Amino acid sequence: MAKSLLIVSRQAPWAGPAAREALDIALAGGAFDLPIGLLFLDDGVFQLVAGQQPQRIEQKDLGANLQALPLFGIESLYAARHSLAERGLTEEALSLPVQVLDDTGLAALLDQYDQVITL
Amino acid sequence: MKFAIALFSPPHAPASRRALRFAQAVLDGGHEIVRLFFYQDGVHSASASVVTPQDELDSAAEWRAFVSRHQLDGVVCIAAALRRGVLNEEEARRYERDAANLPAPWELSGLGQLHEAAQLADRLVCFGGN
Repeated sequence: MAKSLLIVSRQAPWAGPAAREALDIALAGGAFDLPIGLLFLDDGVFQLVAGQQPQRIEQKDLGANLQALPLFGIESLYAARHSLAERGLTEEALSLPVQVLDDTGLAALLDQYDQVITL
Repeated sequence: MKFAIALFSPPHAPASRRALRFAQAVLDGGHEIVRLFFYQDGVHSASASVVTPQDELDSAAEWRAFVSRHQLDGVVCIAAALRRGVLNEEEARRYERDAANLPAPWELSGLGQLHEAAQLADRLVCFGGN
């Protein structure tokens, strides 16, 4: 059976290529039909905010790539409750259906996957 | 045990040195490295253009020597490398750039190589993530 991989994405979309590159690992894994999970943690939750205007800072829109996740079979999407709360974000403001986890849930999630990459 | 090792940080970062020493310890311990995969700023740790002061550790050069000596499968992510100006001869020619800085033993390839390595290995060990 294929090993499962959790990608922990911790960077804001405007903080350089890290967010996009974390997402690319997920999409590549989906293309190979691997069991992939994606957790948005810390500033990574900013990637989920709807209605961003990245063109104002001459950046490409990460949102389109995020919306491709389900098409690549990646539906195990998570966000950390404390990361959202610290940044004043609510679940309703998010552009993707993610499972919001408290700290106990995060620990269980990390346990559940065979491998973890944090970017 | 089979290890896949991923590196995400440049040669001057402490994590690049730690990854190198870990990789050496893996082999010294009689284990196997199925693949090294350099991603994000880790692509700089494979660059032959890095110039390090003489009294400092040249981890990019050490990586190159280490991969050659043990004939390891050393893969640098092509998308991450192009973005950061780490090019082999073929890519330098393709994009009409003046210089190539990724000679053998390194190979440029895609993220599928990271996933394949993670599947083949008993342990995926990452260095230099954020």
